[in-house]
Amino acid sequence: MTDRLDLTLDGAPLTARPGQSVGAALTEAGVRSWRTTRRGGRPRGLFCGIGVCFDCLLVVDGVPNQRACLVPARDGMRLETTPRELGGSDD
Amino acid sequence: MTEAFDVAVVGAGPAGMAAAVAAGERGLRVVLVDAGRRTGGQYWRRPTDDAEPDARFADLHRRLAALGDAVRHVAGQQVWFVEAGEPHALHLSPTVDAAIDVDLAPDADRAPARVEARALVLCPGGYDRQLPVPGWTLPGVMAAGGVQALLKASGTLAGSRAVVAGTGPFLLPVAAGLLRAGAEVVALCEAGSPSGWARTPRGVAAVPGKAAEAAAYAATLARHRVRLRTRTVVTEVRGDDHVTSVRLGRLDRQGRLRPGDGVEVEADLVALGWGFTSSLELLTAVGAATRVDDDGSLVVVVDDGQRTDVPGVLAAGEATGVGGADLAVAEGELAGLTAARDAGCAVDEARVRSVRRTVRRHRAFAAAMHRAHPVPAGWREWLRPDTVVCRCEEVTAGEVRTACDDLGAADARTVKLLTRCGMGWCQGRVCGYATAALAAPAGATPSADDLRSVARRSLAAPVSLGELARGVDGEDD
Repeated sequence: MTDRLDLTLDGAPLTARPGQSVGAALTEAGVRSWRTTRRGGRPRGLFCGIGVCFDCLLVVDGVPNQRACLVPARDGMRLETTPRELGGSDD
Repeated sequence: MTEAFDVAVVGAGPAGMAAAVAAGERGLRVVLVDAGRRTGGQYWRRPTDDAEPDARFADLHRRLAALGDAVRHVAGQQVWFVEAGEPHALHLSPTVDAAIDVDLAPDADRAPARVEARALVLCPGGYDRQLPVPGWTLPGVMAAGGVQALLKASGTLAGSRAVVAGTGPFLLPVAAGLLRAGAEVVALCEAGSPSGWARTPRGVAAVPGKAAEAAAYAATLARHRVRLRTRTVVTEVRGDDHVTSVRLGRLDRQGRLRPGDGVEVEADLVALGWGFTSSLELLTAVGAATRVDDDGSLVVVVDDGQRTDVPGVLAAGEATGVGGADLAVAEGELAGLTAARDAGCAVDEARVRSVRRTVRRHRAFAAAMHRAHPVPAGWREWLRPDTVVCRCEEVTAGEVRTACDDLGAADARTVKLLTRCGMGWCQGRVCGYATAALAAPAGATPSADDLRSVARRSLAAPVSLGELARGVDGEDD
């Protein structure tokens, strides 16, 4: 098994170690937020870190609303930040 | 696809592993369902299968392996719906969407969508209890348990200058873990006062191992010259799109903020935890009776064999009251023994009595711990009208206040309906306690009814409409 996985975040390269969650890989890369809230347009990233809070949602290989803290990083994985409009709108 | 078992254990942390081992070793056919990929739960989270394990984990892991096919471990699956009955039924869905997890979860396509069992042992664990504070939605503010999970799973540091704050002994291992991984802990803030332990010396003395554990953390903190700031809280988190500093305040003996004592500390990580909230989704779904524990959290009521008041449904671990891994292991074993005895298996009664004594001893310790680390009476004082209470729906303290004062909401359920507080993705798991507290009369702690109304969730985990449609009649093909 390779000791380095190559992913992308919105097309930009991102590396991860095997066994790491997507959220951990983003954190080690210095990325702290990847979602924008619907109402306030505020940045969000990891909060509970264990799958409870759903703050860290992002798009993984085209599948929306995935918890970055739970998704294991895989070579070739395409991550996309969740723009405000995808989260729907209240107002 | 439905598979049938004697016992279904939900949660493969300390309690669930112990329950599965106890029931399996007495001859029952067991399924152990867990959302995680590996056994161990949050407490025994580890980076790889060959990582050096805790001795208690290693023992349970070895015994589970020795049971072979008698215990089926269904990993990476969450229970989204439970039906109590004869038999009970659990509906499962993959924790991570199978479309993106194909080569990582070889079990996923073989996992049953539904399991049936004559007895359920529910060991769902818990997560950090949170109180809102201005600025806590900024990236860089995390639950203490999340900071710990990153460290345990992959040695990932969530920041380099950390403030660890809240209440309870769990703050110590989080601070020690950050220090060992190379972060600076600029402030370790405990809202309570350790002298509170003196109030119940018997509870503490009953579990001497805990003192040794605390001493080890204290040594790490001392080596890095980090002192525990008692009666100290984070009253504000500052930053534009990320944490840059926090404001600390001091509490008086009544747990109220002392005016004029605040200091500002630069930080890029804030780890918050106010004790724990038990995961009660499945237990409230089957209608099990609940009560408010010494720490103010809602927990499930069990008898001296870990049975709830719902026939054939048992519970162990944090769901019955937060008390740590040793208590969870003892409760799990007791639940497994009870399930075996209730199914007609021979059980060593001397062992049952011994485990029961262990449970009582650790319960006494937990009660002493809870009384020493209460949620401070004054926590609402540092909220502002624009402080977000519900992170999902972005409902502010001001909106909750308006619902109570102007719209006449007198309970948490009405606050929810009027404001959408607790109705987002997390279904009130994060803001439930705070919502219940804000709905309570000034100065009062949340009532059992208010805590129940924020703990009730019709689905225990989000599922797709397709899964929902398939699950309605219990058939999936």
